Amino acid sequence: MEFLVASVIGVLTAVGVYLLLRLRTFPVILGLTFLSYGVNIFLFTAGRLTSNAAPIIGRSEVYADPLPQALVLTAIVISFGMTAVIMMMAIGGYLEAGHDRVNIDDAADAEENKA
Amino acid sequence: MMSHWIIAPVVLPALVAALMVIIMRGDLLLQRVAGVAGVVALNGIAAALLWAATTHGPEVYFLGDWPAPFGIVLVLDQLSALMVAVLAALSLAVVLYAIGSGWDAKGAHFHPLLQFLLMGIGGAFLTGDAFNLFVFFEVLLIASYGLMVHGGGDRRTRAGIQYVAFNLVGSSLFLFALALIYGVTGTLNMADLAEKLPTLPEGDSALIRVAAVMLFMVFAIKGALVPLQFWLPGSYANAPGVVAAMFAVMTKVGAYGVLRFGTLVFPTSLAATGDLLSSLILPAGLVTLVVGAVGVMGASTLPRLAAFAGIASMGTAFVVISAFTPATTAAALYYILHSILATATLFLVADLVTRRRAHARLDAAAPPIAQSGLISALFLAAAVAMAGLPPLSGFIGKLLILDAFRGQAALIWPVILGSSFLLILGFARAGSTLFWKAVALDAEPQEPRPEGLAFTATFGLLAGLALLTVFAGPITAWLGDAAQSLHAPEGYIAANRLGQGD
Repeated sequence: MEFLVASVIGVLTAVGVYLLLRLRTFPVILGLTFLSYGVNIFLFTAGRLTSNAAPIIGRSEVYADPLPQALVLTAIVISFGMTAVIMMMAIGGYLEAGHDRVNIDDAADAEENKA
Repeated sequence: MMSHWIIAPVVLPALVAALMVIIMRGDLLLQRVAGVAGVVALNGIAAALLWAATTHGPEVYFLGDWPAPFGIVLVLDQLSALMVAVLAALSLAVVLYAIGSGWDAKGAHFHPLLQFLLMGIGGAFLTGDAFNLFVFFEVLLIASYGLMVHGGGDRRTRAGIQYVAFNLVGSSLFLFALALIYGVTGTLNMADLAEKLPTLPEGDSALIRVAAVMLFMVFAIKGALVPLQFWLPGSYANAPGVVAAMFAVMTKVGAYGVLRFGTLVFPTSLAATGDLLSSLILPAGLVTLVVGAVGVMGASTLPRLAAFAGIASMGTAFVVISAFTPATTAAALYYILHSILATATLFLVADLVTRRRAHARLDAAAPPIAQSGLISALFLAAAVAMAGLPPLSGFIGKLLILDAFRGQAALIWPVILGSSFLLILGFARAGSTLFWKAVALDAEPQEPRPEGLAFTATFGLLAGLALLTVFAGPITAWLGDAAQSLHAPEGYIAANRLGQGD
């Protein structure tokens, strides 16, 4: 299980970083989403991997650490909200500029407007 | 009973902002009144907290009365009280300027967003829990996203997307670091971390080093430390001028984080990290200083120039912080205070100029702006402060820094002095294009715009710089005291009452 979880975190983070480095806004946002999935799972494993364990003392032989679960819940809510914000801003930027290029470059802007 | 007031800098702006959104929606006049009343009250609370922290030493507020390290705590010590007080003072100037210049009327929800920003920054300064610090970072960031694109426009929105994307990556890094720290130590309370980290087995020190470096990368992103500074010029120069002035305190949140974690959680005496962090921050700070100074020389617009000057001052601050001794920390605190006020003043002056000038470029003259004389005097004062010339506090700040680094004079003195020279050149070039070459152009004089409140706010910040200069003696003595207690955090840790579930 450790290998599976570790490679999932690695793959999600790698995909996220790759997409982050793209030149269009939409893949960048997807990359941020993948990165936040990766970090959420990583945060979850900070309390050690346990199976069949309730986060309550006395319910089962071993118990899962409840704190990382609370942390990851906070992190999920925050990254969800942030993704919504950047999505709205990206749509606004696309509608106003007519393209979703990441860089802010006057020459490219002028050419885009001519075309 | 002082302790309940510790949470007031978080609760008050949150309440004011919520009331503005719910009750005063669309009524700008009411929002303005509430905004000014809110920040005036915040100033009063901050002054009381500063007094309490000075007289009583560190004090802890247990949220929900849960004992540390299980609950979240807010800790009031001299450093956090000082930062909250500066935040409150700056916010007053920013609110007055926004009202006077009409920036708050150019889009919806300026005042509520500003209050949420105050809540986030105040909380980040006060919290004693690493995960709670992350949450307050997100609060201040989401408010800053809204403020950054206030007023709209194609370029501003796209600069805003870059800013948001960059900070989201920073947040992910922050979470990675926190997960590592929690995985190794099982706690996120900062005082508890300070106690547990030295007792960790040898095998865990590699993980702690990785976590520490990632955490400091997050603070470096916030503080615009090279090579993570490239987001700042584009974002700040495209943000509304008044918002950029408020953001002057946000880069200092990064410096605060480095100071807090570098003295409390990862001090140089900790075997796992040692002087790893300071050996990373020092060269980065020196390069930041040079990049900022060169950027000021080559800036294409006045807001970009102000942004690069801000980067240079962050570089100076990080160079001083990196030594992590009581003497250098005291110098760093003085310089940070000065830098917040000076950078904010410069952004406000840049906004005064940019809104009146025919075009924004610095490489070509434009007809004289209205109230050119008054604004050029303000620009001169802001430039003197930023470059560190006498008589303003930048000079004293740099003097303290040079004095604190007598031992490493060969490396640090030339960089600080040389970059100050570049800053002076850059400001002189910008000033002569803005105000002197303009006179040579024949043009109808512009109608003066009164904007009394905007000028009052800018002069108020300058008065703050003057006070910092005049009272440099008592202030540095107080800061020396604060630095001493930062480097001997027993009082801070004891205030958390760890392991006593009462």
